[in-house]
Amino acid sequence: MSTATTLRQGPDTNGFFGHFGGRFVAETLMPLILELQKEYATARNSKDFIDEMDALRRDFVGRKSPLYLAERLTEQLGGAKVYLKREDLLHTGAHKINNCLGQILLAKRMGKIRIIAETGAGMHGVATATVAARFGMECMVYMGSVDIHRQQPNVQRMRLLGAKVIPVTSGAGTLKDAMNEALRDWVTNVADTFYIIGTVAGPHPYPAMVRDFQSIIGEETREQILEREGRLPDTLVACVGGGSNAMGLFHPFLDDESVAMVGVEAAGEGLDKRHAASLKGGTPGVLHGNRTFLLQSADGQIQDAHSISAGLDYPGIGPEHAWLNDIGRVSYAAITDDEALEAFHTLCRIEGIIPALETAHAIAYVMKVAPTLPQDHLIVINLSGRGDKDMSTVLAAMDASAENAEKDAGKDVKGEA
Amino acid sequence: MSASRIDRCFEALRQQDRAALVTFVTAGYPDYQHSAEILKGLPEAGADIIELGMPFTDPMADGAPIQLASQRALAGGHNTIKTLQMVREFREHNQDTPIVLMGYYNPIYCYGVERFLHDAAASGVDGMIVVDLPPEHDNELCVPAREAGIHFIRLATPTTDAARLPGVLVNTSGFLYYVSSTGVTGSAAPTAEKVEKELARIREHTNLPVAVGFGIRTAPQAERIARFADAVVVGSALVECIANADTEAQGRDDVLSLTRELSAAVRDARTTLNVS
Repeated sequence: MSTATTLRQGPDTNGFFGHFGGRFVAETLMPLILELQKEYATARNSKDFIDEMDALRRDFVGRKSPLYLAERLTEQLGGAKVYLKREDLLHTGAHKINNCLGQILLAKRMGKIRIIAETGAGMHGVATATVAARFGMECMVYMGSVDIHRQQPNVQRMRLLGAKVIPVTSGAGTLKDAMNEALRDWVTNVADTFYIIGTVAGPHPYPAMVRDFQSIIGEETREQILEREGRLPDTLVACVGGGSNAMGLFHPFLDDESVAMVGVEAAGEGLDKRHAASLKGGTPGVLHGNRTFLLQSADGQIQDAHSISAGLDYPGIGPEHAWLNDIGRVSYAAITDDEALEAFHTLCRIEGIIPALETAHAIAYVMKVAPTLPQDHLIVINLSGRGDKDMSTVLAAMDASAENAEKDAGKDVKGEA
Repeated sequence: MSASRIDRCFEALRQQDRAALVTFVTAGYPDYQHSAEILKGLPEAGADIIELGMPFTDPMADGAPIQLASQRALAGGHNTIKTLQMVREFREHNQDTPIVLMGYYNPIYCYGVERFLHDAAASGVDGMIVVDLPPEHDNELCVPAREAGIHFIRLATPTTDAARLPGVLVNTSGFLYYVSSTGVTGSAAPTAEKVEKELARIREHTNLPVAVGFGIRTAPQAERIARFADAVVVGSALVECIANADTEAQGRDDVLSLTRELSAAVRDARTTLNVS
């Protein structure tokens, strides 16, 4: 482990967390990225900026979000005490709005009039469309054609909010391809456009900036758990695609040695098959402006990720996660599509909460480990988003498994005959 | 380092008082064989310098034509080893035409920087343009490349202002590539008058030859830019010749015949100017 007294001071001036991060972008974008870095450094210490953000967080977003003791889940698992940080209750239904609010306030300060974003599950797209509407800015959201198909409700929401959703058909038609297309737009319209990146990835200063805007999650959690339990939690758990909800929960606790942290990646069909677990199944490389762990071939060609949850369907991960993994401060696990689906149904039925499929990965991990832990062990799961958007995916999976069950039953009958 | 192929090329053209024609093609597109034949035919068709694109799955600075070319090359099994092999085979017949590899950092990073520079130099590569390595990351590849005797050619863009330009130029050698518009490859070019003004601004900071590219598609456009630029880069238009052809052989022939047209235009540019 690092000998630094704090793990919270990164990145360095070039945007590196250890070996990871950086600003690997085309020259056209560099002046803008440097300007953004300067503007952000000023804004984050400006009273006006902080006050405006606080007021909007409270009255527009609905913070603070509750820390909820999942009594029935705890009872069923029969081990650790499980709390849920209810980011799903925020305006737009996920933690994504925390970041979008911060970035649009920066865009306003910088005099930008046009907003672009990439989106996978559509939650970041909806959050971006929401703040763009609130601040009267033009908004274009790039979304993979596969994701458009599986996240229709969010596509409709973005349109209602006045955003233009642009289908991306290149590559596999998922989040990575949407990000490529957003970068192409940005490099073309660099003068008037602000790119609201949705996760703790991309060129410096995005990973640090998005982390800072999301850290409200962990800051509130600390206050709330101290109030409820009189002590810090033992384990924090969050799902990780790019990793913004996990970073938001973890970062304020990085220097608290007693607090363990687990980021849960998407193992898709299994780590030996198609998956989206960049840390568990990837190697270091450079993509989308930063060096991090990527799913790629030996030739450095990026491979398509696979996860049932569109929001985790990305072949990379934020560079600070790559670093935290490297130094061993945060551990990472992976959960399959099937395990996530089971956790999804469990939370629906015994807690009356429909979680996002992304979030269901974190719940599935806790369902595995909580029974092995003592009853005074405190776990906080970041319930990063709600699952209304996932209805069609979940129903299709239920139909498919019902069909398989029928087939299996048929086989058994034959076997017996 | 003794005068490099790129330096010798620009010196010779300076004496002829004409601009260089720089042609970009994607390695392995439409397939290895035809791509190698195109490479071999380009100097005779009038290309003075060849930019050879190294395919990458996520070409964030490229427009649709080069994206498609890269995808098709990769689908056909092309990779970095094969790109270098193609250069090596080209050098068996040609010792004069400079080759500049153009691409993205990740495939080089995964190949291993040291190993890549060694193999590239041994294959006869003269320079590199790596789109996603700004001067802030010169230690990654730019500085080691110069030490290995390979020019690191930097892009300057309309957003590279006077404050930033010296930093962009500091480790650049061979030539400077001026990207005439903000945007991806193949997007529309601005007016020649505007580019000429921009070039004057850049030349206040450097004596390096300056190439102009992005959006130059036709012989008349090339002719106009060649009046004042040290080199004219054409890429997407050539790559599209292959996409639009009925057969691979036809695509190869179309690339070479467009190169001939462009070359004639570039060669005539300053003569026309003197007459008019």
